[in-house]
Amino acid sequence: MDVEILSRIQFAFTVMFHYLYVPLTMGLGVVLVIMEAMWLKTGSPKYHNMARYWTRVFGLTFAIGVATGIVLEFEFGTNWAAYSRFVGDIFGSALAAEGIFAFFLESGFLAILLFGWNKVGPKLHFFATCMVCLGAHFSAVWIVIANSWMQTPAGYHIEYKGEIMPPGFVPNADQILHSRAVIDDFWAMIFNPSSMERLSHVIVGCWQAGAFLVISISAFYLLRGRHIEFAKTSMKVALIFAAVASLLQLATGAKSADGVTRNQPAKLAAMEGVFKTQANAPMAIFGWVDMEKEEVVGLQIPGMLSILVGGSTNTVVTGLDTFPKEDWPPVQAVFQFYHIMIAIGMALIAIAWFGIFLWWRGQLFNTSNPIVRAYYWILVLSVLGPQIANQTGWFTAEMGRQPWIVYGLMRTSQGLSEVVAANHVLASLIMFTFIYALLFAVFLYLLTRKIQRGPDDEEESEAMPASWVALMERRKGQARSAG
Amino acid sequence: MDLNTVWFILVGVLLTGYAMLDGFDLGVGALHLFVKKDEDRRIFLNAIGPVWDGNEVWLVTGGGALFAAFPMAYATVFSGFYLAFMALLCGLIFRAVAIEFRSKESWGWWRQMWDIGFSLGSIGSSFLIGVAMGNILVGIELDARGNYIGGFWALLNPYAVLLGLTTIALFTMHGSIYLVMKTEGELQARLRRWVNRTIGIFLFFYIILNVATLVYAPHILEILRARPWLLAVFALNVLVVMNIPRQNHKGNEFAAFLSSCGAMILLMVLFGLTVYPHMVLSMPNPENSLTIYNAASTAKTHFIMLIMAIIGIPVVLAYTVSVYYIFRGKVRLTEHSY
Repeated sequence: MDVEILSRIQFAFTVMFHYLYVPLTMGLGVVLVIMEAMWLKTGSPKYHNMARYWTRVFGLTFAIGVATGIVLEFEFGTNWAAYSRFVGDIFGSALAAEGIFAFFLESGFLAILLFGWNKVGPKLHFFATCMVCLGAHFSAVWIVIANSWMQTPAGYHIEYKGEIMPPGFVPNADQILHSRAVIDDFWAMIFNPSSMERLSHVIVGCWQAGAFLVISISAFYLLRGRHIEFAKTSMKVALIFAAVASLLQLATGAKSADGVTRNQPAKLAAMEGVFKTQANAPMAIFGWVDMEKEEVVGLQIPGMLSILVGGSTNTVVTGLDTFPKEDWPPVQAVFQFYHIMIAIGMALIAIAWFGIFLWWRGQLFNTSNPIVRAYYWILVLSVLGPQIANQTGWFTAEMGRQPWIVYGLMRTSQGLSEVVAANHVLASLIMFTFIYALLFAVFLYLLTRKIQRGPDDEEESEAMPASWVALMERRKGQARSAG
Repeated sequence: MDLNTVWFILVGVLLTGYAMLDGFDLGVGALHLFVKKDEDRRIFLNAIGPVWDGNEVWLVTGGGALFAAFPMAYATVFSGFYLAFMALLCGLIFRAVAIEFRSKESWGWWRQMWDIGFSLGSIGSSFLIGVAMGNILVGIELDARGNYIGGFWALLNPYAVLLGLTTIALFTMHGSIYLVMKTEGELQARLRRWVNRTIGIFLFFYIILNVATLVYAPHILEILRARPWLLAVFALNVLVVMNIPRQNHKGNEFAAFLSSCGAMILLMVLFGLTVYPHMVLSMPNPENSLTIYNAASTAKTHFIMLIMAIIGIPVVLAYTVSVYYIFRGKVRLTEHSY
């Protein structure tokens, strides 16, 4: 295998693994903020124990997220040196900003979140939890902005051998190693055409991951008849969060697809398998792309894509035939990953809102009802849904950008490190495979252990310093007199 | 002072922050296997428990700042040191997860396995950081476009290896002083004796390193001739190091730790003043060297990032200091401990 494919596999593998943990920390971060806020408001030990338990799960995912995140920052330089030289003036500042504004915030307050239970007061602890959550979201802001610039570059000009080139200049294969993208307008770079819609889509996807993790573990306890009070409360909090996030995700997804149509028509054509530029373009619910005949076989709604793109069946959708074949993304893969993401997204809406429906009918915790029990088993498995959807969503975004590393400017093959040999990348890829397999096994084992051990029981609160207990007693008194 | 120099200093500040902060928790890792009792090992881990993660952010941000301010240098060093940096990542990953995983089970083999991972990961990371710095000092072979062409084994030249070993010794010294601050009783008394030994080992390597500089890096002699005041920084550094055993002996562990921090800062200042204005020195073809000018981003990017640094750094310092203040004092093992 050549160095290009090995470097791509390595980056994809390491970023995918990292992205198992990122959504969990962001989503659980929001859940923790909600739970601690409820605890501060009600003074009920129930919420205190919940916050304590989910903090332990949070700590585990966070540690692996940090350890695997640093790899990615190194890899831009180690494997993609030509890319780093080309985009450093723009991309680098987003990474540096992530360090200054996000990582320090996150890691500093994480210490208080994990170890500060009896070192600081409840309000300061709550503040720290908010800051960790905010830090995780800031991190998403900067990295998605950087990635969006690779999708829809804006606010720059190209410099070739130190000379400013006119707008629209695309360096050819001989020029590319002597060219670089240089910043013109910082805010145009930040608010590039795709950054905000993609950012909202990414963040809500992370919320879903956190919400469904809590739902899944709570459903498991309810099925087993353990920690019932804890599980019911966790389930209610997470179910509302999941129901809101799943609908919101439909909106941000529609907005993102709309942006792809405008900004990256080749990607949209691959996502929907549109080969011929046409009006009345159909939308596939599922299918298989026949690359020989250049058509999609499967269940299709006639004209639907044209309606979604332009509001009418007469809207012409740009097909792959507009682009030379060497500029096509891998159509089959992009099509399938995109459709898996959509299917899961829809299923998550159905799952979350069915839960709300059961709640409304007063049946949500009626575990003697076989439908509810079957539903709980779906909930136990539902934790996989956002994970798979997040991963396939990123596959769609990144494979859909191919063959470009910076859309329309630099090809992926041009971004490689010139001095790194294929056998070196193979060696590091084998190393990461072993380490990550070990980490994943240990993570699953420890998570299972935490789930089996469960939270401490409902009535008595976990050890709290006297000052906290006193404050909480006052809160309870206020809540009672207010009620 | 131009923006390029400002960013040379700021990247230096971030990497110095990293050496000073993660330096002690890497050093704690290097000492980890020298204590045998499980409780003592847990005290070691919990001494750095709340802060190691934040300490590592200095490296991440330093790397990001290098990428943004001097992308050519970032690309050259990271791609040129490919295998070494992959090994460094392996070390950093292992020590990070070992801290988190180790005390989650009480089986002997489980704890021993993560203890070894933590310690070897720490020692290996310290070594590779030193080797990288050694190669920057001694110079590496670059082609006309600034790509490293010397191969992996050339990175393990005697001078770089020696600086790698010196870095392990330096971090171990720093870590042992930090541990004296965080412990009490018999363990603290034992660590106090270790401090003197680790200082001795560090000074031993440091002296050999300075002799080796004359042999392997003759261009540094030229620099010394041009900048004789570097010798004053060097002398000050030796004095600060000598102050550590004095304060340790008097029982002022906090003062000893501050001295150790001062020694790290002065070492980084020496390093920075020696290499300036080079980012990556090319040997044997010095005309291919990357400097703070030909490796730099545009002035516009430097300016934008300077604004970010002016907004961000005071805030970062404020809560870094707060976190250290909240977690001051001796380690107490509780149910939330590692």
